[in-house]
Amino acid sequence: MTVTSSPPRDTDAHYKVWDVAGYADVPRETKARLFEQVKGDLRFGDYLYGCYECGICVGACPSAKFYDFSPRRIAQAAAREDVDLIYQQMQEDIWDCSQCFSCVRCPRGNNPGGIVTIMREVAVRNGLASAKEALVGYTRIIYKIMSTGTQVSPDMLSKDSFPDWGPETADVADNLDLWRRALPPETMHTTTTGWSVAESTLIELYLIWMETGALDMIAEVDPGLHTILLELMEERLEEAGFEV
Amino acid sequence: MTIPVEALRRAKAAEEPVADRRALDDPRAELLELERQGELIVQKIDREAISVMTKYGREKRIQKSHLWHHKSCGQCGHIPGYSTSIFWLMRKLGYDYHDPHDQTSCTGWNYYASATSNPAAQAAVAVRNFAAAYETGYFPLIHCGTSYGHYKDVREELIRHPELRAQVRAVMAKLGKPLVLPEEIVHYSEWVHALRHEIAAKRVRDVSGIVVSVHPACHYHKVVPGDAIYDPDIYGGQRTAVVTGLVEALGATVHDYSTWFDCCGFGFRHILVQRDFSRSFATLRKIEVMKEEANPDVVLTHDTGCVTTLDKSQFAAMAHGRNVGLPVMSDAQFAALALGAHPYRVCQLHWHSADYRPLLEKMGIDWEKAWAEFQSDLRRLESGEKRYLDWDDADGLNDDSGPH
Repeated sequence: MTVTSSPPRDTDAHYKVWDVAGYADVPRETKARLFEQVKGDLRFGDYLYGCYECGICVGACPSAKFYDFSPRRIAQAAAREDVDLIYQQMQEDIWDCSQCFSCVRCPRGNNPGGIVTIMREVAVRNGLASAKEALVGYTRIIYKIMSTGTQVSPDMLSKDSFPDWGPETADVADNLDLWRRALPPETMHTTTTGWSVAESTLIELYLIWMETGALDMIAEVDPGLHTILLELMEERLEEAGFEV
Repeated sequence: MTIPVEALRRAKAAEEPVADRRALDDPRAELLELERQGELIVQKIDREAISVMTKYGREKRIQKSHLWHHKSCGQCGHIPGYSTSIFWLMRKLGYDYHDPHDQTSCTGWNYYASATSNPAAQAAVAVRNFAAAYETGYFPLIHCGTSYGHYKDVREELIRHPELRAQVRAVMAKLGKPLVLPEEIVHYSEWVHALRHEIAAKRVRDVSGIVVSVHPACHYHKVVPGDAIYDPDIYGGQRTAVVTGLVEALGATVHDYSTWFDCCGFGFRHILVQRDFSRSFATLRKIEVMKEEANPDVVLTHDTGCVTTLDKSQFAAMAHGRNVGLPVMSDAQFAALALGAHPYRVCQLHWHSADYRPLLEKMGIDWEKAWAEFQSDLRRLESGEKRYLDWDDADGLNDDSGPH
């Protein structure tokens, strides 16, 4: 990938690498626009109050133990409105976060994990390369949750997908239909969804995705998936008598 | 150099006051005030309830019966014995409930993994489910820790931001539903905790020799932390009381370990597409530490992702000769076993990966006999004698094996 601007910033030690880990740099105006979207989220003011530099959030953070990731840097960059660093974090750091919210131990009341959630949303909405890369291999999950109303289905436990979960997982895959029929609650005899979801419930869910712009977000990161979901939802909504 | 105290005070006084929008002291009171203003409807607790205390001393009431079970997609999909054990406990105690088809996932797992949603969509999904519960008259009980934490977050956002309420109200109007929230957002482990003495009174298996380590679930006690249940008699009120309170009531022993605050390693996107992180964290920071410091017979937790991550991550670590090998299950499954539930028909332990059989033996459960009974059930299904098993089958009322 070609880097289009920004010479090496030897004096800016807080940057990891000057070329944003291989992603193309963008004009500063673009970075400022992206940050304005982060800052404009209605939750931003609920999540950021300043920073004592105490590092409690880092000490509590699981991702900081395994990745070059720091919730303190997230909070500080947002507080300083350092759009260069924030852009780098949006391209490089935010998908390392575990979203466990251990960082809310912050004595200042910050929620760095929440700021990451907002930054991720902006990255998705703007089709940033990091978002596209992070969601490779994940699209089947998005399809599942948006189209069926349950995210985790029994038939996801295939041998190929989870070889590291041991032979018991293969046993589940081999006996799936039979073992599901052995479950006492009648809602749980399903294999393609976590439980049996009513058709009318799905219609309502589709309306929510369409009315709130959640479906539109998919178009930025996976146009093909967006088309599939849109056609599915439009067809079902029209069948149910809704004008799409 | 003298500190310019007066100058600093003047500067501070000149600043515009910033509203402190951290966690609300009493979300219930805020909801009731919004209801008084005609902004939303609050579904009230309308059956017998037990009062418990939250982290900062607010009283939270837990309705005992007539509950609308907001199921967990991860539990139903991959750990079905988690869900069935919750239902079984409720049946065992004689409390009525509703297991709805008119329910979607909270979609929180996907949101925390991919961010392919937004506050309005997340709030609308939550309110749609709450409205579905409200229409039935049953009070919501949330099975998943992430759904519970996420819904508490959504509640705070709806309380704080009138523009979000207006947006969600407009979406709900298109669905023909009101903007409704329950008086309390209740996790099933809070119900278990509140009823732990009733549950313990029905114990039929001796668990006094069982050592337990507890993993408190992040989205239970870290997301909107002020609303989680604490008890001064459990960890001196310095840690959530749920799960541990149940274990103590049942007569088992809790052994503590130093990394109790750490997450399980689930990571939402990591467990699905970046499992090297999940495996490493679960085994190095949790299971191995538990083994070395507490040496429990079982790890109990109270959320979907935690059971999955802590249980499934051990297989690969075992191949590397790591110090792992602990059975993992939910508080509900453990309680059900203590109350005599069948390990396969009810607790569905064959869906778990880490070896649970030594635990069953220590609890006095003949797992080989139980497995043979379950295999007999499966043959009945395969032969076409029955299409599905039901609760009578689970309790051994349809053969000579029960009741359990």
